[in-house]
Amino acid sequence: MKYKCDKCNKPATIHLTEIVDGQKFEKHLCEDCASTEGITIKANVPISQLLEDFVLQSAAGKDITDLTCEVCGMTFSEFREKGLLGCPYDYDAFEPALAGLLERAQEGATQHVGKVPHRVGSDQKKQNSLLRLRAQLKAAINSEDYERAAILRDQIKEFENS
Amino acid sequence: MTLAELTKQAGEWLRGIGPMHDVVISSRVRLARNLAGTPFLARCNAQQQRELEDKLRSEILSADIAKGLFYVDIEKASKLDRKLLVERHLISRQQSQAQHPRGVAVSGDETVAIMVNEEDHLRIQVLRSGLQLTEAIKDIDKIDDYLENRLDFAFHSKYGYLTACPTNAGTGLRLSVMLHLPALKMTGEIEKAFRAARDMRLAIRGLYGEGTEATGDFFQISNQTTLGKSEEDLVNEFCNLIVPQFIDYERHAREGLMENRAVSVEDKISRAVAILRNAKLVSSEETMYLLSLVRLGVNLGQIEDIDIKTVNELFLMTQPAHLQKILDKEMAPEQRSEARAEFIRKAISAN
Repeated sequence: MKYKCDKCNKPATIHLTEIVDGQKFEKHLCEDCASTEGITIKANVPISQLLEDFVLQSAAGKDITDLTCEVCGMTFSEFREKGLLGCPYDYDAFEPALAGLLERAQEGATQHVGKVPHRVGSDQKKQNSLLRLRAQLKAAINSEDYERAAILRDQIKEFENS
Repeated sequence: MTLAELTKQAGEWLRGIGPMHDVVISSRVRLARNLAGTPFLARCNAQQQRELEDKLRSEILSADIAKGLFYVDIEKASKLDRKLLVERHLISRQQSQAQHPRGVAVSGDETVAIMVNEEDHLRIQVLRSGLQLTEAIKDIDKIDDYLENRLDFAFHSKYGYLTACPTNAGTGLRLSVMLHLPALKMTGEIEKAFRAARDMRLAIRGLYGEGTEATGDFFQISNQTTLGKSEEDLVNEFCNLIVPQFIDYERHAREGLMENRAVSVEDKISRAVAILRNAKLVSSEETMYLLSLVRLGVNLGQIEDIDIKTVNELFLMTQPAHLQKILDKEMAPEQRSEARAEFIRKAISAN
């Protein structure tokens, strides 16, 4: 027997049996309605939509959109618009918002378990200092402060070679 | 190696006849990598993008990654050359159409392609024929090691390799297999297979990846999850679970067709061969459709005088940019249809 979706009459592909207070309820939904109900996540959801859903659902939505990365200057709402992050440090700067998003996008996973680069030891700190220096360099060039830019450039080179 | 030389034959991944080639055309793995301490590409200003391209190009070319590695400056390449690279699956459409400094390093046999300044600073890919994900992952891991000796990649103890789009973070690994599923398409069972794929959190795309529709009989399936599973787990899942299921579905569907609708299928295949051997004008869409039937015919043993390698090569050589490059002249669609028909007639009568 073929069921139609309880909500929209399209053919149902998701069938659920729920027991509430000892009573059995059957639910038949199509993929779209199941996804809006939050029962399944469509595998092909683009990041933009995932972001939208996430921010809408999040009670703290307001605070989250105010997050700003001190290194590259990107705000979380800019990220929402573009779907791309500004720099590696954003993963820390936006963590309160990103953590939940990643969890949804990555089958609930929150921890990398794969390959680790050999040189990883040296470096979170170094990576972040470099990012900061580069941001300062960009600012110096924008404000035509070439003296400072030259100093920063040397510092970056030194850092990279250390 | 030059691009014009490339067009003389198809890449190894298409010429070669890998395991399970009756259903699996090719296997592709790609890694997304970004330099530590550097903004992601879209956030770099023009000068930073230029410097990045310079640095990455010279590091890649001196890293001794693969035989006959050569670099194509995409910013300077002609529109036709860029299209050619897309048709050969060596760069993405996005990489072809962008405006900033960017490029691609390609190995002599085209199994390796490293895009510079795509969405991430580096997109490394290894392509192989048939189902060879295990081999491909070994290759790419080695390349990643070589590059890692020279470049500091952005890495996070919790989120792994950091990527511009958080959906790639973790391993930064995307596995894709290109499948030929004509029987599932004919029997209408393809929807069921897709539903199963989506339940397994796989993405299904058309022949040319991201943003292309899954039309015709060729489909690319890839993983979407990149965090919380190791590279090995991802490959094992694909090789032992996911891909064999699709192969089974398709082979069953082929058997079913031969039991229940043999004459009608044979008719379709014979007509496809007849058209390709005689037509004077043929569009690239029609070519895809007909070649798919011919490929099925060869795999069912119904066509014996055309080999699979020729069919595979024709898929590539009859694409618009390839035709123009091979014949060394720009052609309007109508002229291309004529040239295409002639090219195919020659290729399959010589067999």
